Amino acid sequence: LKASSQPPYISTILLSHQHHLLLHFLHYTNQISPHLLLPHHNIPLPLISRFRSTSQPVAFSASSMEIDAENLSATELRLGLPGTSSSEDRPKKPSPTVGTKRALEDTTSEASGTGSAAGEDQDTTTPAKAQVVGWPPVRAYRKNTFQAAAAKKAEQPGGLYVKVSMDGAPYLRKVDLRMYKGYRELREALNALFTKSLAAAENGGDHQYAIAYEDKDGDLMLVGDVPWDMFISSCKKLRIMKGSEAR
Amino acid sequence: MTYFPEEVVEHIFSFLPSHSDRNTVSLVCKVWYEIERLSRRSVFVGNCYAVRPEQVVRRFPNVRALTVKGKPHFADFNLVPPDWGGYAGPWIEAAARSCVGLEELRMKRMVVSDESLELLARSFPRFKALVLISCEGFSTEGLADIASHCKHLRELDLQENDVEDRGPRWLSSFPDSCTSLVSLNFACIKGEVDSASLERLVAKSPNLRSLRLNRAVSVDTLSKILLRTPNLEDLGTGNLTEEFQTESYLRLTNALEKCKMLRSLSGFWDASPACVPFIYPLCHQLTGLNLSYTPTLEYSDLTKMISRCVKLQRLWVLDCISDKGLQVVASSCKDLQELRVFPSDFYVAGYSAVTEEGLVAISSGCRKLTSLLYFCHQMTNEALLTIAKNCPNFIRFRLCILEPRKPDATTNQPLDEGFGAIVRECKGLRRLSISGLLTDKVFMYIGKYAKQLEMLSIAFAGDSDEGMMHIMNGCKNLRKLEIRDSPFGDGALLGNVAKYETMRSLWMSSCNVTLKGCEILASKMPMLNVEIMNELDGSCEMEENSVDPSRVEKLYVYRTTAGARDDAPNFVKIL
Repeated sequence: LKASSQPPYISTILLSHQHHLLLHFLHYTNQISPHLLLPHHNIPLPLISRFRSTSQPVAFSASSMEIDAENLSATELRLGLPGTSSSEDRPKKPSPTVGTKRALEDTTSEASGTGSAAGEDQDTTTPAKAQVVGWPPVRAYRKNTFQAAAAKKAEQPGGLYVKVSMDGAPYLRKVDLRMYKGYRELREALNALFTKSLAAAENGGDHQYAIAYEDKDGDLMLVGDVPWDMFISSCKKLRIMKGSEAR
Repeated sequence: MTYFPEEVVEHIFSFLPSHSDRNTVSLVCKVWYEIERLSRRSVFVGNCYAVRPEQVVRRFPNVRALTVKGKPHFADFNLVPPDWGGYAGPWIEAAARSCVGLEELRMKRMVVSDESLELLARSFPRFKALVLISCEGFSTEGLADIASHCKHLRELDLQENDVEDRGPRWLSSFPDSCTSLVSLNFACIKGEVDSASLERLVAKSPNLRSLRLNRAVSVDTLSKILLRTPNLEDLGTGNLTEEFQTESYLRLTNALEKCKMLRSLSGFWDASPACVPFIYPLCHQLTGLNLSYTPTLEYSDLTKMISRCVKLQRLWVLDCISDKGLQVVASSCKDLQELRVFPSDFYVAGYSAVTEEGLVAISSGCRKLTSLLYFCHQMTNEALLTIAKNCPNFIRFRLCILEPRKPDATTNQPLDEGFGAIVRECKGLRRLSISGLLTDKVFMYIGKYAKQLEMLSIAFAGDSDEGMMHIMNGCKNLRKLEIRDSPFGDGALLGNVAKYETMRSLWMSSCNVTLKGCEILASKMPMLNVEIMNELDGSCEMEENSVDPSRVEKLYVYRTTAGARDDAPNFVKIL
């Protein structure tokens, strides 16, 4: 969550809607797709963070008017029943207008029996709006094309942690390969993890290094030859090799 | 004019550019009607249920190019239930019986079966062009029939259709004698493609100018193909994944550099940032660029590419380009005429890196802008006023703020004034989509100023029937009106019933119209079909029935000479 990009009105209604959120917590669980809550989304809803099932819901301090981005993302709480996997609640499932509107009605405290969504004073911060049939108005073809790619990613459960060693570094690190979209992000992450060791290597005159990985068969392979998805499914270990060895 | 021989009159008519002009001359007298109808080569049917296919082919037996559109526009967003209709079969059958000279068929939002495609392939010996946009109901087997039997096929253009994949055989079905292909677009085909067949096809098609591949085509195949198509003007790449190490990369760059005529690029399936530099040599000559299916490219990759595209006229991107990226577009692409910024996050409360700032930057840098589709996180009245002043030449202005009913981001006011400025300044505006928090006032402005407006899309807007009445009374050229989730009821529906005769169609869903109101409309206007859809999806269990049974969930009204259609499913009631 980046506080700077929030429109000002969000922070002023933060306090008044805190209690709304806690009250409607249970209503949300079945109606919000966990995809709303992925960390790289900047959600303009101040109170939605990712809940892990083992954590306690955070009691937001009423004295703080500002959205402290760091703290919120650090709470890592996810809305959802324990054990709900992210492959449920796919918008591919045709959600009938009536059923979806039901979600909208449930979460507004002035839900009436009329079922008319028009003209109702919708609470604009309710995340129940996460699924409204046909909104945003994007062609089904486009949605399906994107979701096919995302579904493939989401099918794979959990994280994919592999050890990363760097020649000369005192200890190894671990990275979750599922956190990266491609090779460039991986390189950047490794750069960040090993800055000290890299600097030391460069000082020694050795500016070249190569990233290699150990695959399922135990062979040492150069990172970057195969498509990313193929790589993460076969990579068991990463190894940053110093220039002289890499050649 | 009646003293001239028919051939002369016919020749004069051939200079009439538009369908409406030809329709007008055919009303002058019986002689002109006859001459016009027999010489008409191109027919456009905007609503397939407005007229019977048999009537069309009987009146225009010598038609060469037929265009038919089916489902209402909101079907694109899953608002029209499946099996609603829009079947291509009756049209193809009627044409097969009466217009064997047919050469071109274009269909949009229709249900086309394999049987129909086979009939099409076998019935028209001179058939040249098939264009299907957002259609469904057919498979690659139907395409195989088209490929095998249409010996003079020039154009096979499949845009964003839902095609069932029954294998790659269709691509090998083009006979060796078929060398006439000019345009081939199979980007929406989901399955595998036989590279050897594709290469063979391209090799024997010297006239190929437009080629759009699907995701299954590899970089290697693309390189090989491009070596054979130095005159290619429009290319949709296959997948451009990270396989870019050595030879593939070099081969592709070399092949692309030979394509001096290439003006338009799309595809970029699964494109990795590493592939971006190989496009650089082409950028300066591009007039069209579609990166909107590539969520894997980020702001910096996109801007590096786009900043080199100084001649760009048409740009489609995702919102990950961000406001900063749009500023780069604004400073680099001075000839830009059409911009579409699509969301990469399809959730209503989802985030977008694009706000009003990006659009203001675009409007001040790209003064030739006429067509806009812009999904964004927020908007302000002030921004819209600036945009309207900067770009008074908008013909299409479609703004979608991702969160319904979102007010001005700085003042918390409705966006009435902003959109008011757009319609006031842009006197040539023909298509408008509005969003955000809007009261009846915005409709007052639209009715007052948008005199050229032909199509208006409204969602989550307005306060009362008055809003819709402003539109119905004010927009003289309105042809299509589509409304969802807005508080317009029977009063608005019945306020100006004669207007519907001048329009193609009206769509209203999740509004306040009732069954009674629709019945009154149907009885007052017998030349309209008033279709009501109240589907209750069995899969959604509702404890309290909060839906008023007299309230109409979905309403579709259109003028027609064909009467009630006989292919309606049981959830559609035609009054």
